[in-house]
Amino acid sequence: MRVWLLVLLLVGACGGAPASGDGAPEVRVGSKKFTESVILGEAAAQLARSTGARVTHRRELGGTTVLWEALRRGELDVYPEYTGTLRQELLSGRHLPDDAALREALAESGLRMSEPLGFNNTYALGMKEAEAARLGIRRISDLRAHPSLRFGFSNEFMDRADGWPALRDSYRLPQRDVRGLDHDLAYRGMESGSLQLTDLYSTDAEIQAYGLRVLEDDLHHFPAYDAVLLYRDDLEARAPEALAAMLRLEGRVSEEDMVKLNARARLERVSEGRVASDFLATALGVTSEVRGDGLAARVWKRTREHLFLVGVSLLAAMALAVPLGVLAARRPRLGRGVLGLTGVIQTVPSLALLVVMIPLLGIGSRPAIAALFLYSLLPIVRNTAAGLAGIPPEVRESAEALGLPARARLWRIELPMAAPSILAGIQTAAVINVGTATLGALVGAGGYGQPILTGIRLDDVRLILEGAVPAAALALLASGLFDAVERVVVPRGLRLGTAVRSTR
Amino acid sequence: MYELQDVSKCYGATQALHPLSLSLPAGRTTVLLGPSGCGKSTLLRLLNGLLACDTGRVLFDGKPLPTGGDALLAVRRRVGYALQGGGLFPHLTGEENVTLMASHLRWPAAKTRERLDALVELTRFPTDALARYPSQLSGGQRQRVALMRALMLDPDVLLLDEPLGALDPLVRHELQGDLRGIFARLRKTVVLVTHDLAEAGFLGDSILLMREGRVVQQGRLADLEARPADDFVTRFIQAQRPLPGGGPGGEA
Repeated sequence: MRVWLLVLLLVGACGGAPASGDGAPEVRVGSKKFTESVILGEAAAQLARSTGARVTHRRELGGTTVLWEALRRGELDVYPEYTGTLRQELLSGRHLPDDAALREALAESGLRMSEPLGFNNTYALGMKEAEAARLGIRRISDLRAHPSLRFGFSNEFMDRADGWPALRDSYRLPQRDVRGLDHDLAYRGMESGSLQLTDLYSTDAEIQAYGLRVLEDDLHHFPAYDAVLLYRDDLEARAPEALAAMLRLEGRVSEEDMVKLNARARLERVSEGRVASDFLATALGVTSEVRGDGLAARVWKRTREHLFLVGVSLLAAMALAVPLGVLAARRPRLGRGVLGLTGVIQTVPSLALLVVMIPLLGIGSRPAIAALFLYSLLPIVRNTAAGLAGIPPEVRESAEALGLPARARLWRIELPMAAPSILAGIQTAAVINVGTATLGALVGAGGYGQPILTGIRLDDVRLILEGAVPAAALALLASGLFDAVERVVVPRGLRLGTAVRSTR
Repeated sequence: MYELQDVSKCYGATQALHPLSLSLPAGRTTVLLGPSGCGKSTLLRLLNGLLACDTGRVLFDGKPLPTGGDALLAVRRRVGYALQGGGLFPHLTGEENVTLMASHLRWPAAKTRERLDALVELTRFPTDALARYPSQLSGGQRQRVALMRALMLDPDVLLLDEPLGALDPLVRHELQGDLRGIFARLRKTVVLVTHDLAEAGFLGDSILLMREGRVVQQGRLADLEARPADDFVTRFIQAQRPLPGGGPGGEA
């Protein structure tokens, strides 16, 4: 129990938030791991920064609940959200009829919501502009007059209760040629003419890229996903100027704007910071500085973050797992329990474990370290127990018969003899940790996962490699390091092995 | 030195040792002899508390053997123990194996060195092999290291469990001679386990022949041969005679 406390303290101490310095207010912005959210997060961050506030932007956090929890816990001050997400997912149990009810519900949690930023990113239907113009289709209702149109929808949209079946019923659409297929294939089908209509999100970059017309949802079938800034109500008192600056985005970002911004970032691969900065300059007349580090500086920063995650979690795991392994070897029945428990932890998907950690430890390096710590336990506990159990009984008996106390037997005989096995366990844990730590980026812990995440989002292999190559190198390095440590730590008599054993 | 009173030991349903009373005199070599599974090793392990008896008690030097704690550790330091194959610590050199307890007890280096030199001389162990690890030593050398380790603290008692069991005949023969000389020189209380009749007769002042957890007969080899207590003793002795035609007198 005491060890647990110690580990928690250690993790807590290492992941602590930086202390605030001068009088400038601090604003912590978050964004989800898709391009639109990152651009809006950047825009908000740059606006806040223009008022002199000290701003941090935790980009690409792994999912809505991560941001929501972090905001409620006060680890973030503001992030871009959608009214539909708030109503349908985060507060779905409340059955909120409109935005006013939503505001009230948010206020109960100490949260506020800006006015809509101006665009609605919801499900939509799109057609090639030329074809829609030729057929005179502007609204979804217009489709009724064209029963022979070929529809292709993403599988998700086909299956969802509020997707195609509901849409067909509420608009009484007559089309029979409706296929479910992969979203990317749908765009290609539109291009080749084999499909004439597909589902999309109303601010997708592809709308511009493929020259699509988004049909008006004249019966308001799809729920509104109006973009808003969600923020803590204490921000008004703490950083009024920064908040006012961020709220200048209200009503200033149209759907057309957002499609263009998304397209610039996703298709032209302009950095989100630059995209946001250019938009602020033209739309609001705000000039902001976009900071960008060179490749070496970026890799070095992420290496430090990554090493911090792996190092702290591994040290903490060693401090607990080796004693647990000794216990498991001494008390086999208890040992089976310990091994079973650590084994169960191992089967929890990393993403799930990270998300579970957030209500306890917040976002940033702490939940990541805690998860990595838990994952490291099994290999070390198991190898420690196996190493101790593998000590031949006659050696064990000899140590006992000499009159060595139990503690001295452990330190002088058992642990040195189990050292190769224990070390191998730590090595396994370290290598696994280096890989798993890349997921830490999903909860804002940084590390090599950050460029990988961005690279996956932007389908940019160069960025993926910027994280994956150093991660692989670090894993090899860690493995090599432990081989070197083994040469120092493992007694020579054990390394000789049986090769030179002579019988005379 | 030892007094056993109604001592017995079970492993689960198996009665490894039936209730047994006997005394082991100080300064003498007693051999526990018998086939595999007769309880001789169990009996030996009761003498240094590696096993605890189920019934009865073991008196060591007139006092009951402690069942644990520092008192038991103190007894063990007065009782040297070596077993088949040596049971050496593979991560320590020969010298470190021998001096482990001395270093744990923080003996002065000079005292340790002096004792080690005496033991090397006693066991005729090659000095240059002290720095080798067990895996680099021959079987006979390992057994000598185990013997030195058992004798390091100059114990009152020496317990040896088939110390020559895993050795080839020539080395075994050589070590048997050395052991007899060492026992004669040290005049310690020695309890030695073996299944070899000739070895028992050669090394032991007194032999306890055991079978299925009971002592069948106690005495000198000549007594066993001249007045076997029962049919088993006769068969045990006959079984270890040279094979017919295997040497002079085999057919006689």
